[in-house]
Amino acid sequence: MDMSFSPEEIAFRDEVRAFIADNYPQELRDLKTRGDMTKEQILMWHRILYKKGWIVPHWPVEYGGTGWSITQRYIWNEECARAETTPLLPFGLSMVGPVIYTFGNEEQKKRFLPGILSGDDWWCQGYSEPGAGSDLASLRTKAVREGDHYIINGSKTWTTLAQHADWMFCLAKTDPDAKAQDAISFFLIDMKTPGITVRPIITMDGGHEVNEVFLEDVKVPAENLIGEENKGWTYAKFLLGNERSGIAGVARSKKAIERLKNIAKAELVDGEPLLDQEEFSTKISEVEIDLTALEFTELRTLAAESKGQGPGPESSILKIKGTEIQQRITELTLEAVGHYGFVYAPHGHERTGNEYVPGPEYAAGQSQNYFNMRKTAIYGGSNEIQHNIIAKMVLGL
Amino acid sequence: MDFSFSEEQTLLRNTVQSFLQDKYDFDTRRKIVASDEGFRRDYWQQFAELGLLAAPFSEEMGGLGGGPIDTMIIMEEFGRHLVVEPFLETVVLAGGFLREGGSPAQQEELIPGIIGGENIWAFAYAEPQGRYNLADLKTTAKKDGDGFVLNGYKCVVLAAPWADKLVVTARTSGGQRDRDGVTVFIVDKGADGVSTRDYPTVDGRRASEITFENVKVGADAVIGEVDKGLALVEKVTDQAIAALSAEAIGGMKELNEATVEYCKTRKQFGVPIGKFQVLQHRMVDMFMAYEQSVSMTYMVNLKVEEEEAERKKAASGAKVQIGKAGRFVGQQAVQLHGGMGMTDELSVGHYFKRLTMIDTQFGNVDHHLKRYSSAA
Ligand SMILES: Cc1cc2nc3c(=O)[nH]c(=O)nc-3n(C[C@H](O)[C@H](O)[C@H](O)COP(=O)(O)OP(=O)(O)OC[C@H]3O[C@@H](n4cnc5c(N)ncnc54)[C@H](O)[C@@H]3O)c2cc1C
Ligand SMILES: Cc1cc2nc3c(=O)[nH]c(=O)nc-3n(C[C@H](O)[C@H](O)[C@H](O)COP(=O)(O)OP(=O)(O)OC[C@H]3O[C@@H](n4cnc5c(N)ncnc54)[C@H](O)[C@@H]3O)c2cc1C
Repeated sequence: MDMSFSPEEIAFRDEVRAFIADNYPQELRDLKTRGDMTKEQILMWHRILYKKGWIVPHWPVEYGGTGWSITQRYIWNEECARAETTPLLPFGLSMVGPVIYTFGNEEQKKRFLPGILSGDDWWCQGYSEPGAGSDLASLRTKAVREGDHYIINGSKTWTTLAQHADWMFCLAKTDPDAKAQDAISFFLIDMKTPGITVRPIITMDGGHEVNEVFLEDVKVPAENLIGEENKGWTYAKFLLGNERSGIAGVARSKKAIERLKNIAKAELVDGEPLLDQEEFSTKISEVEIDLTALEFTELRTLAAESKGQGPGPESSILKIKGTEIQQRITELTLEAVGHYGFVYAPHGHERTGNEYVPGPEYAAGQSQNYFNMRKTAIYGGSNEIQHNIIAKMVLGL
Repeated sequence: MDFSFSEEQTLLRNTVQSFLQDKYDFDTRRKIVASDEGFRRDYWQQFAELGLLAAPFSEEMGGLGGGPIDTMIIMEEFGRHLVVEPFLETVVLAGGFLREGGSPAQQEELIPGIIGGENIWAFAYAEPQGRYNLADLKTTAKKDGDGFVLNGYKCVVLAAPWADKLVVTARTSGGQRDRDGVTVFIVDKGADGVSTRDYPTVDGRRASEITFENVKVGADAVIGEVDKGLALVEKVTDQAIAALSAEAIGGMKELNEATVEYCKTRKQFGVPIGKFQVLQHRMVDMFMAYEQSVSMTYMVNLKVEEEEAERKKAASGAKVQIGKAGRFVGQQAVQLHGGMGMTDELSVGHYFKRLTMIDTQFGNVDHHLKRYSSAA
């Protein structure tokens, strides 16, 4: 066991830190949340990292990975969080990309991986349906083979950022008679195909992040089927395992705690900083301790992974604890801003230019952020479902 | 001991309920919130006609002679429908100041305008540096002939965009946080030197930032005694907390009913999700949180007219309970609705948001835990 960085690792840290400092665009530094960003802004940092060759440190080198050790990856995540770079979208880089290089054929790798790496193709995740949330296998979207293509009918929902998407990876049933897990196939669908309609769903914080996607007689070429017909459930679950660990967000939470502390320093209670109030600082300490434990749990998982084990059901721990911590931090941040938590900060799509958002800049949108973050215990497999997974797979109940 | 409601009180509840059932369904509320003005002036008039705005005032003042329990009933029903109209600000707060501290002349002049629905009030007390300390005031009122000149800044003044009159706290003597030296003023929102900037709040209401710049008021604008206003402010805000508690239990009740109903009908894995024991226990905890909040709401409304120490403990105790319970019930209602709970379309998120902001109003859990301890 060893936690210290070697001189080479320290040199690596200095290198990536300098790279971020020199290359992270000013335009993005001036922005606050993803809700406020245009499609091009969301992709800006992606494209810079792509050019540098650092867009997918977690991929095998042959597909564009950097070959970094887990320590280097850890350092990279820390430095990105430290500089508050905009998070990269996971749908291509962490979700469908690994599915394609693991289960796709050579043709598919050649065709789809470059667009994922460059950011030219924006992907969305077509898993959930109105009737199939936690019970994903009960999905009803149907794909029927007709010659060299499939005809797909059904509807997807909660599809994050589908409004910008060029492609959707989509689960559909290809065998009406088999039991659910043997009936699902994994398709790559061009969002420009006739028959696809995307409708916005506004969330309670006022943002437009999720959508409904309707598929009506959508013609998908057979070469866009991943792996084998009716084996899609295996690929889908492989992806979910990656999605879960991706949600932990340790480095980002560290930064969020730092930001919370700065807010609590600026906010006053009887003329003294809120941060000096024992009842408040105790709450920050509690969440910080939880986060330290999670950080070490994640490092243990990564270490095991680098030896070829996992990600196993332990990734459910990362998902549950990671999201609980994120939610707690936003809750405390809302608490910290006091009265100004009342203020509604309009989202990008609502702006007319005449909005008035009073209060200190750090307070703007904090309550909406808190409301929005309730989603993290619901998506990626709800936290109740993660408990079920640990109960069954780890504890053997 | 008796926890039943009188016939008049039951009648009052029925009146409010039938009005809101007819005219304040969730879709209507959504339209009200999205409208330019953000509330319904015609509804306000109808509240007046129904006697709601007169409920807590004595008959000598032209009211119906009710008390905190009547206010509680109204606020609970308002909470169930997420009513945005400024009953709390106008009737409970401004009405409370006039009732508890107003001179006979002020009462005679101003209470009829509240009861009749002609005036809408807002309570401008919070300042950015002051957080929940009601005495932490940088706004000053300096003696000027017979009257005073006000200067200062008030933040997040709820309902102020709709108001024509303001109750304003200002410092007339002493240091920034001294208990002595706080005075309560009546200020016309249209007075020279008052400027406002309005904005929407996350819970579907409106608020203003208000600047007072050399605003002149007469001696008759003071409610209660000069320099001795803090006790009055505390008393009236405790009454507001009692009313807010009632609003909160109304919201929690709706959330719990909606959640139980949803879990009975939403199917996953071939069964209603309410069959999963972990969700059953969660809903039982939500139910208990609600019942405990109802108890604290009754308690505070029964004790809000008692002597100071008893009243403070009651109000702070209730505020802690509804703060914690509101957070738990709100979060879990969203969680148990899954993705649907996150949407703007469903009412669930809107109750959750309102309950969240109720915790902030007049001091959150931490603030009232401390106040409770120091009152004990
Ligand atoms: C903001 C947001 C973004 C999303 N983005 C995407 C996306 O891009 N692509 C996509 O495909 N999906 C996405 N989702 C969907 C997400 O994966 C689902 O919401 C999630 O799987 C839960 O499904 P549901 O909403 O239907 O809730 P339900 O499955 O109906 O669950 C309702 C409640 O019941 C509980 N429950 C269900 N089954 C059990 C059980 N067996 N035991 C105990 N409790 C149970 C749940 O935990 C939850 O609390 C997103 C969701 C949100 C909120
Ligand atoms: C100090 C003490 C005094 C007692 N006095 C008396 C007495 O005076 N008279 C008497 O008759 N008995 C008495 N009991 C016994 C007591 O009633 C039993 O311990 C109790 O009913 C639980 O039964 P068990 O110990 O067999 O545990 P189990 O029933 O085996 O339960 C083990 C665990 O499983 C949980 N569990 C069981 N079923 C469910 C379910 N359906 N859903 C969720 N969780 C479940 C339980 O909550 C518990 O955590 C006493 C016990 C104690 C500890």
